[in-house]
Amino acid sequence: MSTVAIDLSCVRKSYGDKIVVDGLSLAVASGECFGLLGPNGAGKSTIARMVLGMVAPDAGKMTVLGEPVPARARLARARIGVVPQFDNLELEFTVRENLLVFGRYFNMSAREVEAVVPALLEFARLESKADARVAELSGGMKRRLTLARALINDPHLLVMDEPTTGLDPHARHLIWERLRLLLARGKTILLTTHFMEEAERLCDRLCVLEAGRKIAEGEPRALIDEQIGCQVIEIYGGDPHELSSLIRPNARHIEVSGETLFCYAPDPEEVLVQLRGRAGLRLLQRPANLEDVFLRLTGREMES
Amino acid sequence: MREGYAAVMPANAYNWVAVWRRNFLAWRKVALASVLGNLADPMTNLFGLGFGLGVIVGLIDGTSYIAFLAGGMVATSAMTAATFETMYAAFARMRAQRTWEAILCTQLTLGDIVLGELAWAATKSVLAGTAIALVAATMGYAAWASILYSIPAIAITGFVFASLAMIVVSLAPSYDYFVFYQTLVVTPMVFLCGAVFPVSQMPSAFQRVAGLLPLSHSVDLIRPLMLGLPAGGIGLHIGALCIYAVLPFFLSIALFRRRLMR
Repeated sequence: MSTVAIDLSCVRKSYGDKIVVDGLSLAVASGECFGLLGPNGAGKSTIARMVLGMVAPDAGKMTVLGEPVPARARLARARIGVVPQFDNLELEFTVRENLLVFGRYFNMSAREVEAVVPALLEFARLESKADARVAELSGGMKRRLTLARALINDPHLLVMDEPTTGLDPHARHLIWERLRLLLARGKTILLTTHFMEEAERLCDRLCVLEAGRKIAEGEPRALIDEQIGCQVIEIYGGDPHELSSLIRPNARHIEVSGETLFCYAPDPEEVLVQLRGRAGLRLLQRPANLEDVFLRLTGREMES
Repeated sequence: MREGYAAVMPANAYNWVAVWRRNFLAWRKVALASVLGNLADPMTNLFGLGFGLGVIVGLIDGTSYIAFLAGGMVATSAMTAATFETMYAAFARMRAQRTWEAILCTQLTLGDIVLGELAWAATKSVLAGTAIALVAATMGYAAWASILYSIPAIAITGFVFASLAMIVVSLAPSYDYFVFYQTLVVTPMVFLCGAVFPVSQMPSAFQRVAGLLPLSHSVDLIRPLMLGLPAGGIGLHIGALCIYAVLPFFLSIALFRRRLMR
């Protein structure tokens, strides 16, 4: 097995005049969790679909699990598990039938599927739901079944497009915990997300995308230290322009986004002292995160 | 580009079976309603037209009208079963149900999916066509053994019309467009192709057009088989049906690639 699971080199894709992926190169090592991070429309899903051979690039070279894609994408997909952005389970089938039918798509016999179903149900915490119709499951359960289904062929690589979008926090944490377990078992994960928290918690490395271009790449902590490297004070209320001139001497950097002023300060106490006693201000001091990195790099917030 | 089309063609001779079995499992859950729904319409036509018009028409080519009509109804029901399964059910699996999307994430290709869908639609044609042939045989309008011979002809009819409907599915933006295919192509064929009255009743220009249409070849294969008459030009009919099954099959895969994999 090669140590590079996914290798993209100068990949380009456009629809008409709209460039969706703009000369992107990246390499995902075997066994790591690699995140594609960016706002809606940044090209994340298109890249995930390209890796699966479902979108042909206009230019560039792609290799996935040692196979040239899209030419031999089918052979790569035999060793890939996919968690799509929108659930596409068989609603009228039971949980068990879903796994059986999906196993057949990988040429598994009924016996081979039955052999792995108990472990998959346990992994997805769906042991008691084996014979329930999927239409009766909650959103979190459906997502976990989608994850279990993606594992039916014991894939080396998992491609996950926004795996926790639309889930409540509890269900989301359960998925994250399951994904960490998979990483501990040596699986490689390509994850697209617009959740900074998700990326920070799961990804060994990530790449921040904007309009199909890579604007930063690295380990989450290293990116934060490199781009921000200090505490953040969020200031709500008041006139952002007046406030920013007031605190500028003590700020390394200031961003205004909507009604919020983000102050990146090596010594946050100095800033807080200056603002003390001003009416109508709400202040929040916190460590820097990937959201700040994105704001710093693009001048915009991710959720828009 | 050529490489891109090669990658979406059926990967091997057996991948499609998984798609067929998925559809079979879904069908099993609603089988009774589905069978009744598929049979009601052709049976009504067979007995309504057969008895009603039969009295006025008398004998056609030496057989009773209802026996003449039986072969036409078997071919017609094979056509409609495959057409509707593909246009509505397969379209739903491609769009609303996202079934195809899930399958495309596995080692199956678009060609495997389309082939599985065609095989499934042909299976439903065989069910519908054979059921009518059985009823006709029970009533004494067809020879029992003939049903066995006509099953392959019914199956290939199913493949042809599933294949043609696949093109419509690959191009249609929504369900609303299917009615055009139904009213402008499928229904006229019933009357042009000798299913309910002999083609020789029509002006010669119409007869020439009818000779090109796939349903004519199905009717000309199935009717003599059911009536126990010698059939002429079997090779020609089978050849024409094969062309009508195979060309739209590959064309629809290419069209689906443009639609789904961009």
